[in-house]
This record gives sequence, C-alpha cells and structure tokens, in this order.
Amino acid sequence: MNITNTIVEKHGLKIEEYSKIKSLLGREPNLLELGVFSAMWNEHCSYKSSKIHLQNLPTKGKYVIQGPGENAGVIDIGDNDAIIFKIESHNHPSYIEPYQGAATGVGGILRDVFTMGARPIALLNSIHFGSPDHPKTKSLLNGVVSGIAGYGNCIGIPTVAGETKFNSTYNENILVNAMAVGHAKKNKIFYSKAKGLGKAVVYVGSKTGRDGIHGASMASAEFDDNSADKKPTVQVGDPFTEKLLMEACLELMKDNSIISIQDMGAAGLTSSSVEMASKGDLGMELQLDKVPCREEKMTPYEMMLSESQERMLIILEDGKEKEAKKIFEKWDLDFVVIGKTTNTKNLTLKFKSEIIGEIPIDALSVKAPIYDRKWTKTKLPENKIQIKDLKKIKLEDALLKILSSPNQSNKSWITNQFDQMVMADTLQKSGSDAAIIRIHKKNKAIAVSVDSSANYCKAHPNTGGKQIVCENWRNLISVGAKPIAITNCLNFGNPENPKIMGEFAECLAGIKEACEFLDYPVVSGNVSLYNGTNTKSIHPTPVIGGVGLITNINNKINQYFKQDGNLVLQIGKNFGQLSQSVFLQEIYSITDGPPPEINLSNERNNGLAVLKLINDKLISSVHDISSGGLLLALAEMTFGSDYGIKIDKPKNLLNLMECYFSEDQGRYVIEIQPDNHNKISEFLNENNIFNETIGIVQKDYFEVSGQLKIKTNSLYKSNNTWYNNY
Amino acid sequence: MNSSVIVFPGSNCDRDIAVALEKLQFNNKMVWHKDTNLPKSDLIVLPGGFSYGDYLRSGAVAGKSRILNDVIKAANDGCLILGICNGFQILTETGLLKGVLLRNKNLKFIGKDIHVKVTNNDNKFCNKYKKEQILKLNIAHNEGNYFTDLDHLKELEDKNLIPFKYCGENGNINEENNPNGSLNNIAGIFNNKKNILGMMPHPERMVDQVTSGTDGVNLFTSLLN
Repeated sequence: MNITNTIVEKHGLKIEEYSKIKSLLGREPNLLELGVFSAMWNEHCSYKSSKIHLQNLPTKGKYVIQGPGENAGVIDIGDNDAIIFKIESHNHPSYIEPYQGAATGVGGILRDVFTMGARPIALLNSIHFGSPDHPKTKSLLNGVVSGIAGYGNCIGIPTVAGETKFNSTYNENILVNAMAVGHAKKNKIFYSKAKGLGKAVVYVGSKTGRDGIHGASMASAEFDDNSADKKPTVQVGDPFTEKLLMEACLELMKDNSIISIQDMGAAGLTSSSVEMASKGDLGMELQLDKVPCREEKMTPYEMMLSESQERMLIILEDGKEKEAKKIFEKWDLDFVVIGKTTNTKNLTLKFKSEIIGEIPIDALSVKAPIYDRKWTKTKLPENKIQIKDLKKIKLEDALLKILSSPNQSNKSWITNQFDQMVMADTLQKSGSDAAIIRIHKKNKAIAVSVDSSANYCKAHPNTGGKQIVCENWRNLISVGAKPIAITNCLNFGNPENPKIMGEFAECLAGIKEACEFLDYPVVSGNVSLYNGTNTKSIHPTPVIGGVGLITNINNKINQYFKQDGNLVLQIGKNFGQLSQSVFLQEIYSITDGPPPEINLSNERNNGLAVLKLINDKLISSVHDISSGGLLLALAEMTFGSDYGIKIDKPKNLLNLMECYFSEDQGRYVIEIQPDNHNKISEFLNENNIFNETIGIVQKDYFEVSGQLKIKTNSLYKSNNTWYNNY
Repeated sequence: MNSSVIVFPGSNCDRDIAVALEKLQFNNKMVWHKDTNLPKSDLIVLPGGFSYGDYLRSGAVAGKSRILNDVIKAANDGCLILGICNGFQILTETGLLKGVLLRNKNLKFIGKDIHVKVTNNDNKFCNKYKKEQILKLNIAHNEGNYFTDLDHLKELEDKNLIPFKYCGENGNINEENNPNGSLNNIAGIFNNKKNILGMMPHPERMVDQVTSGTDGVNLFTSLLN
C-alpha cells in the first residue's frame, strides 16, 4: 500500500513529520509502521508541544521517590509506606460517549497506580461541564457521573473527593480528569524499565478488541462537527475484569517474578512495549499472532493500535512463567508470552514467522518531534470595577443567590452516587476541604484534594497557575495535613495558537513558582491539549491533585462548627479584591478584571501557622476561604453542624460586599475556644500572621449583625436544591 | 466462633468484613469460590461487591456457583448465614431468602449513611441491640429495593422476620426515609428459622469510631453471645 498524504493526515501526522519518519527509517514505512508512529508521535503520548515547559517544574524533594516519567509518581510517607498517585484526563472520549469515556478514565488511572505495586485506596475526579442551560450538559453530567460511579463502585475503590464546575467555555468540550491514589510498601515498587536480554514479554488481562483504535490520536485533535462519528474510537470499560487484573497483579507482585510492568493505556500495545524497551535501552520482539483477540480476523495494525482496556504487559524473570501463569489462571485471565526483549534496540513486529514491521525504538521515543511553539504573554487585566457604581443588593440576597448557584451548590447529588466507604478507611468523605484516608491498620492517614480555577487562569495565567497550587495546599492544611506533593492535569486548547500556547507556558511558570516556594513538588501528571471545537479553545484549566500526610489521625480536623460560645477568627488579610470573584460573576455577570494577587510568602506563613495550631490541638474547626469569599466559607462551616454563627463586621474600612465576598488568597477561618484566644493571638502576632476575631459560634442561626439572620437549616436547604431540581 | 467469608471474583467488601470479624474476636477464614472444602463454620458471610461483575443480574451468577451448594447445605443444617449487600442479593438468587432486590427507585447507585430501626431483636444477630434502637449504617448499592409478594410480606411482618427497617434520624419509618423504594422500608430479612440474615446496609463499615461510627458492632457481638 502506498502511503499518500491523505493517509498521513488521517493518522494525525503533519507532512513534515512524515518526512522525518522517512529519514529516521531510511525508507518509507508500511501502514502498520505508520500506525505505530502515529500512536507514539501524537500529542497525547509524545508531549511534543508541552515537553520543554514541563521540564521546568520542580520534581524532586525530600519525600519524592519517583517523579514524572513513570506510570505514576511515588512519595515516601515513612515506616516503609509509599503513596503512588497520578491524575489523568479523559476529556475527548467523555464528550463523545460520557459513560464509557468517564469509566475508562477511572480504569486507566487505576492501572497506572496498581502497575507500580500499589493497592489503590482512593479515587478523585475533577469534572467540568458547559453551561447548565446548554442542551447537552444534563446528559453529559448524568453520563459522566454514572460512568465514574459505575467503574469505581464496582472495582471497590472509594471515590472520596472531587470538584464539579459549569462554564459555557466547556459547552463543546467537557473535561473529565480522574485521579487515583494507592499505597505500597516502599521496598516493593515496580517500574516499567525493561532489563535483561531474551526475557519473556507477557500479555495479561482482557483480550484485544477493535475498540479505541486511534484513541490517542483522537484525543490529540480538536473536535469538528462530525465528532460524534468518532464513537468507535472510545474504549469500553469492564471494571470487573480490572478488579481481577488488579488482584492478580498484586498477587504476582508478592514475590520477585516481575522485572518490569506497564499498563496498556493510550496507544495500547504500541506505547507499552515502546516505553518499556526505551527505558531499558533495549529492543523488543512481539509475535502478534499470539495476541489474545476478542474479535475475528484482527490485523496486526488493529492489534497494535487497539485501546482495549484492562490489559498489561509484563517482563518476567526466567523460569517464573509457570507460577505466574497459575495466578492469572486462578483469576480467569489471559496470560500469554507474546515476545521477548532483544539487543537490537528495534521494535520488531512478527506475524507467524514473517517480520511485518521494524522500527528503531528511539525513533518512536527520544527522537519524536519536540516543538518550541510560539507563545504570547497575557497582560494583567486592569481592575475597572468600582463596587459603588454597581446596583445595590442586600447581603442576604447575594448570599442566597451564590449558595444556590450551580457552581457553589452542594454536590451530594453526585457524591451520593459514589461508594465513599468501601475499604473502610475513609476518615473524611467528600464535601470538605479535603478527603482523609487512613493507611490500613495504621494510625496515620493521607489527605487528598483536587482543585482548579479556570476563571483565574483565563484572566491571568501566571497568577492562576500559582493560585491553584496555593488553594490545593491550603485545602490539605485545612484538614490537618502536611502537604507533600502534587500531580497535575493540564487541560488547554490548541497549542498551535500562540495565545493558547502562552496560556500553557504562563500557567506552568506560575505552578512552578508556587511549587518551588511551598516545597510542593510535582511527581506525576498528564497534558491534554486541543480541548476545543472548531478552533474555539476552552479556558486554560490546569487541575492540581495534592496529597498530604497526617502522621497522627487524632490530629485530623474538619470545617464544621463544634460549640456555641467559641470564637471565630479570620487568618490572613482581606484586601477587598472582588474582580474575578464568584460574587461579581453570579450577581452581576461581570467576568473581567485581574484575579486575586498571590503572595506566596503570606500563603506559606499563614498555612504553616494554622497547621501548627491544629497539631497543638488549639483549633476546633478550620476552613479555607476560597471561591465565594468569607461569607460563603462561614456558611459552609454551619452545614454539617448544629451550630451557626453571629458575625460582627470586621473593623476594616471595606465596603460590606468587599468584606464578605472578596477572594483574597492565603486566608482561613478558624474556630477556637475563648480560653485559648490569648495564647493563639500571641502566637499569630509573634509570627506576623494577620488575624482578627470576626464572630462567635451560636446555636441554629447564621447572623451578620444588623444585616441578616437566617436559620442554618434554611441556608443548607438553599445550598442543596439546585442539583435535585436540575 | 468460627467464621468463613466466601470470596467471589468481584467481591470487594471481603477485606472489610474480615477486618471487622477479626477485630471482634471471630476466628475467621477466607474461602475462595473455587475451593472445594468449606471449613467447619458457625457463621458464613457472603460479602458485598459485584460478584462476577453483576453484569447479568446482581448475584445471579454467584447464586449458581459451586461453592453455594455447600453454603446451602450448611444453612439447612442450621449454620448462621449473613449476606450483606451483594451477599443479600446472592441469598435471594439461591432461594435461601425469598423475594428480590430491584433497582433503586431513583435508578441511581446510592452510597450514603442512612438510619435503620431494629424492629426485632429476638434473634441470634440482634440480641445485643435494644428493640427500636436506631442505628446509623452505610448503604452502597444499585439494587437494594426489596420486593416480594403480599403473602410473603405478611409472613415477614407477622412472624417478625424483619430485623431492620429504614427510618429517619428520629426513627420515623416512612416514605421520606426510604432510600431505595424497598417494600415497607425493609433493610434486611430473615428466613423462617432466623439463621439466615440478608441485609443491604453494611454493618462492617460501622465498627470503628474513627471512621464513621460503631453501630454495626453489636450485630457481630450478638452472634458471640
């Protein structure tokens, strides 16, 4: 078959890239080889547009065992315990087929974690939909949520935290990011680097079907009007088989049979074999007629490009086949030796005795194109909004409107579809600043949270990038955890557009600066570009997933008021910054202006001070102040509690709305016993931490002196109606 | 007391129940569904999860599995059997318990804490609870909507074969506090001899104050009584 320009383009490759393929091979590729190149050189697998920016991120630290480049990142939490975690996008498939797209997103990220020897202990998600009024939103929301639930509930990993947001920017391109967190023994971590010559390459798990062929290429292009025709490129999930595969792999990992192991994720057999060989600087020979197939007459091309789920590639030590096979047979899974490692440094594809494709491994990996794409800076927008020029609104009306808005509403409609308790180590479910999962049979726990702020990132990418790291850090502190490391999922538009590429570069620079300052390294991540349709890109939406450590579970804390008569303090200064706030968006539909400024030094000092007070048992409850500002934070503190609050207007000169709805960063609300007040304010003042008493906990009522007095359960109701009526 | 937990492919609450049983001093063994010998047990637990993926009908395939013959035999000999969630579904599939578990009335998976009232404590499983005691337990299921024919329902009520009914925090048993549409708010039922209990809520998730409560403890300690 002659490779024409049309065929090249259909594989998502540019004509220049095809010329590079020819020069690397020294000949024209055949169709199978072209398919393999397209699978490895697409944006999703090659990171060709993002790589040079990703290199700048801080990836090392005291707690880091493994940074980016493996199936997932690994951190050390002491006592030979390691936490393995990663976040990944499944945006394009989920828009085309929401249930399966979301389900396989969960399945894929779980494999990344248990491939490394970890038993998954928590799932999180960050999902972004278009405007609630958009005709597709409701069915996409339903499909995605049941897909996430269907997979996680069945495999039996608790889905404990997440965020759901609506914005018209996602009308034609939703975001579905899934994060998995696992626990392993530090001395039993498995990597993907191949080692040794002539070692058996074993295929385990489900059979290969025709689903998901070219999935990674699809995920590397923008949508057009015919995107619905791409349904066959979406994979179909089978959580039951994944459960078996997980148990079988973890059982095999108990001894020393495995040299290396890699899940077949995006670009399936192609990327798993190439990555393993590339890391080991070896060649690999695959006997494709041995691949277990689900459908008849599958071609080598289809086998190499299929993204059928629940499959793994393992390189085994000599003489371990028999025992390993026994384990997989116990779990009724396929176990077939399909190849071996070689010293040729080529990927050699055979069918029966014939060589049907041969490509140097480095041509597929290290020699894949890398682009330093043009990018432009986003200027910091001017702040033109004067609160006194806006039509007046009553504080109560503003609060209730925000509380009942889609983005701020209680998400129990979603989280009640998830099994949050299976594994019986969930110490704090979703709905709080972060979820807390106990390390099984130990007295310590991890805290996890995912966060994004697309509006801030759109307004000023650099500030937005810093802000999400800070907010994530703050959320972990707010449950009593020491933040350890993050994973990021970078959802952006078309990188060939310099403005979009600029958003990417600047968000990354912001993330880098904040991570460095807070000593909060990036250990894994995923890039999803080309999010948009017909050249209209989404808002830049980097998502940060953070993991923190609680060394003594008795020090965990939550956001709910505990006792009437307790004092409520605001930590961190309020400057009255309203632009880009939920208040201006929800009440006045104003979306311009700069995002709140980030002062990393304040962020760190305030956070560490709060953490110390928590660990010294001086705080009864704590909540971070984020979107919606102080008043929303205070309202949320009454939701899981019998108590309300009486708030006195702080003694600053701010306008009432600026005081209660500003989104200045680095702030917390803490509840303390009056007896401890002196001790606490002394400590805070000594450390130059701005703090002021803003109210007192009382029974049943949420009250702002002279402004409003509402029963806490009616506040709760207004926060709980939107989803149920949608 | 010797207990055995049957593990099917797709069971996912097997570890949780084992932890609870061991914590409460049972001498517990895990039994893989392909095992041919069921150890001598005073209590057999069918755990929650998605046995065989539940792709056909919840519990349908597990209900026909070989190991179930041994369970049925043990049950007929008077062994105590506890089916939780998927285990309850399996028990109805085998016929050890009558009735079926339909899809939840809202057609969605429900995972949340709920309350049940102990409507009968005159049995091996509930004797440590007070009658009318209100428990906070957790449910996590797609098919927990218990249904049976009117004669059987009358029999269940008349013979005190319903130990748990869904209720509100204050104990009200009504439609508002029925999470899944279950007949008469039924959360669990016995067979006539009261040696087999099937229930949708997970008592094994409530044996630890630090996670979410201890209202499940007495179900296990009752058995030791």
